[in-house]
Amino acid sequence: MTYLEVRSLSKRYGDFTALGDITLDIAEGEFVCFLGPSGCGKTTLLRAIAGLDPQSSGTIRQKGRDVSALPPAKRDFGIVFQSYALFPNLTVADNVGYGLVSRREKRAAIAARVVELLAMVGLPDAGPKYPAQLSGGQQQRVALARALATSPGLLLLDEPLSALDARVRLRLRHEIKALQRRLGVTTIMVTHDQEEALTMADRIVVMNHGAIEQVGTPQEIYRRPASAFVADFVGSMNFLQGTLMAPDKVQVAGVDLACPGQDGLTLGQKVNLCIRPEDVRVRDLPQGTANRLTVEVTELDFVGAFCRATLKARATTDVAMTADFSSNLIRDLGVERGTQLDVALPPDRLRVFAA
Amino acid sequence: MPSTKVGLSRDDLIMRGGVVLLAALLLVIVGLPLWALLAKGFEDRDGKFVGLANYVSYFSTPALFNSALNSLHVAAVSTVIVVPLAFLYAYALTRTVLPMRWLFQGIALIPIFAPSLLPGLALIYLFGTQGFFKALLGGGSIYGFDGIVIAQVFYCFPHATLILVTALATADARLYEAADALGASKLRVFFTVTLPGAKYGLISAALVVFTLVITDFGIAKVIGGNFNVLATDVYKQVIGQQNFSMGAVVGMVLLAPAALAFVVDRLVQRKQVALLTARAVPLVPKPKPGRDFVFTLICTLVSIGILAILGMAIWGSLIKYWPYNLSLTLDNYDFAKFDANGWDSYWNSVEMAVGAALFGTALMFTGAWLTEKTRGFHVVRGVVQLLAFLPMAVPGLVLGLGYIFFFNAPGNPLGFLYATMGILVVNTVAHFYTVGHLTATTALKQIDPEFESVSASLKVPIWRTFSRVTAPICLPSILDIAIYLFVNAMTTVSSVIFLYSPDTKLASVAAVNIEEAGTTAAAAALCVVIVLTSAAVKIVHLLADRFLLDRLQAWRRR
Repeated sequence: MTYLEVRSLSKRYGDFTALGDITLDIAEGEFVCFLGPSGCGKTTLLRAIAGLDPQSSGTIRQKGRDVSALPPAKRDFGIVFQSYALFPNLTVADNVGYGLVSRREKRAAIAARVVELLAMVGLPDAGPKYPAQLSGGQQQRVALARALATSPGLLLLDEPLSALDARVRLRLRHEIKALQRRLGVTTIMVTHDQEEALTMADRIVVMNHGAIEQVGTPQEIYRRPASAFVADFVGSMNFLQGTLMAPDKVQVAGVDLACPGQDGLTLGQKVNLCIRPEDVRVRDLPQGTANRLTVEVTELDFVGAFCRATLKARATTDVAMTADFSSNLIRDLGVERGTQLDVALPPDRLRVFAA
Repeated sequence: MPSTKVGLSRDDLIMRGGVVLLAALLLVIVGLPLWALLAKGFEDRDGKFVGLANYVSYFSTPALFNSALNSLHVAAVSTVIVVPLAFLYAYALTRTVLPMRWLFQGIALIPIFAPSLLPGLALIYLFGTQGFFKALLGGGSIYGFDGIVIAQVFYCFPHATLILVTALATADARLYEAADALGASKLRVFFTVTLPGAKYGLISAALVVFTLVITDFGIAKVIGGNFNVLATDVYKQVIGQQNFSMGAVVGMVLLAPAALAFVVDRLVQRKQVALLTARAVPLVPKPKPGRDFVFTLICTLVSIGILAILGMAIWGSLIKYWPYNLSLTLDNYDFAKFDANGWDSYWNSVEMAVGAALFGTALMFTGAWLTEKTRGFHVVRGVVQLLAFLPMAVPGLVLGLGYIFFFNAPGNPLGFLYATMGILVVNTVAHFYTVGHLTATTALKQIDPEFESVSASLKVPIWRTFSRVTAPICLPSILDIAIYLFVNAMTTVSSVIFLYSPDTKLASVAAVNIEEAGTTAAAAALCVVIVLTSAAVKIVHLLADRFLLDRLQAWRRR
């Protein structure tokens, strides 16, 4: 069931278009990430949904109710900011109970709810402390508890993890995701961190220049990027310049490579042929394997769990691509700089975009 | 495409209502009095419109026009003396290792707690007709140009020093390390790193001193002799000759340089970018015996000068009959013998200062909050900002004169305020509005801008967040504003000299009157009482800041 409907939403500052004609549906209970580089409009869209920075035009419906013209206080959402925005002069318990006090609930009921919320975010003993006495990760959990205290229908997270250490960030990713799944609250998270989006989201909305580039599950976004921007922004990607010779054939530096059939492009057009470094195959290449090439390893960078190799086809010297080789593969085949290898570019892993 | 018009919540309506009320209030206490003053300059004594006639007669009367030149001359010379002196002192405080740094810092601030006529009185004791060191002047007289400049240097010194300490304190140690690593000489480092870093502070200090001197009334009144300046001319036209129109014209002439200095300062400040980024490493001076000795010597000499002037005023106030009977007495503190109001004027001052501190602080902080946090509504907020900045550019005498014309005008429904304690409080709050507003705005800008978003999402009314979170967090700044208002209300002469009634005469004004009547000792005694009161309040504030706030604000501790 559609919980949030965004229709033709635009936001302009003078001549600058921060959001151009955004249309988006979010289902109830879904975890959606707005992903994009800074300045792409993802935070602007989130703040428009909250009513904090209203759109210039367009409509937003939440649970069937038109909230487009409502001030934030009349909408139904909880929000967590990158800065946490915890009230420094109130204890953790008072922070979490802040929204409950004004609902004229009984003091005992509020206290019980605060205890429940603090236990939920894994900070059962933090109640009497002040925010400054907590670590960043703990503060972020308190902010989350405060946002969830009033049981909002929509949870908005504005770069909630980007001010934290890498380790804490990894742990909180899982905790937030698990909590969201348990509560079933519809959640929108803004992030510029693709890994965060890929691990946490049910669906990702990739944005650039105030427009939506692609909406899809993490697998769809990663495996079948809809545009060169998405291909480049999410994960690592090789861009090989070539020419479209047939609907399913691209010529790169004189070599014809098979690819999935294209219908949106014209023959003879300049294109980019894209493949992810981990999709370059080295082993199990029987006779007749498509897109088989002999290459030379010109650079080999040790990255830890794997090595990133720079490969150049023997036929040419100016087309290079990178490939990720596991440590096992490096050891088994004795790969080092200057080694010659046979590799294959599996056609089903290739993407073609207009150059 | 139809554009979205977002509805207003109850919070929005209340805040907008508050902003409108604030704009109306500022219009009444700042805008309209200045307008009344401007209009008065175009009327003759009977209130008929005469166009520029008053201005023509002003500029064609050499006696009047000369005062304007005198004012500029005194201001320029004082600025040239004060700014380098304050720079050396501020440099010593921030960039060298001084023994008892806190003491030097405290001594530099002393003049702030005194009414401006205090240094004038001290100079009379030292160099006046019957002064101790009169012989040092040869045949010259301290009354006039020299006396005004010396007293102004004392009076303006702390203002310039405070600005320059701030400018010099914000230094990035990494720049100095880089310069050292590159082998730059000390002199080169000073001219390429230190001075450019303090450039805006120097300009600001010069403009502030220039404005203070031009607009000050007390010093020129006490020690000016026959050397007329704009500020004394306004007083003479209004009080002496009851020529209000000409008083208004002189007031406008007085307003011009002050307003110009203010505009220049704003333009310069706008160019200034934050020198101190979050990653800057604060500069901590290392001991260096030779340099430290020289600067300790400089600071000691300056401090002795400040203490000598203050000490002279205190001593003079305790002496029976200068210079013939130097035995000590408290008779001069029996003010009833010199002025009909006796000690009442002192208690009036305290009452006025407390009133201005309470009412002014509440207004300035709430006002700054409304202007900062109201959503949309840009035009009215802009009007408030403009009216809040205006008082900084307006000399106290000019504002006071505007108050006479506005509140005393027949038919003004606010006329009942005239000649009451109320108008003194309102005038003082208006006169010092800008600094309080800026202090509050700065404090508000430092707290997380998303507090209001969070409250809105939690459906908590915005005023609840104001009273439970915003105001408690800003408590130190709120106290700063209150103390600033109290001290200035105690010491100000210029803005209130036209507005008191026999029942509401203030201590600073009484001191001017007593001095006018020829009793220097009693005037000095009254000034000493004012200094002690405002300094005591400041010390209590510092102690409270240190011990009480620490307890109340446990949440600041990590």
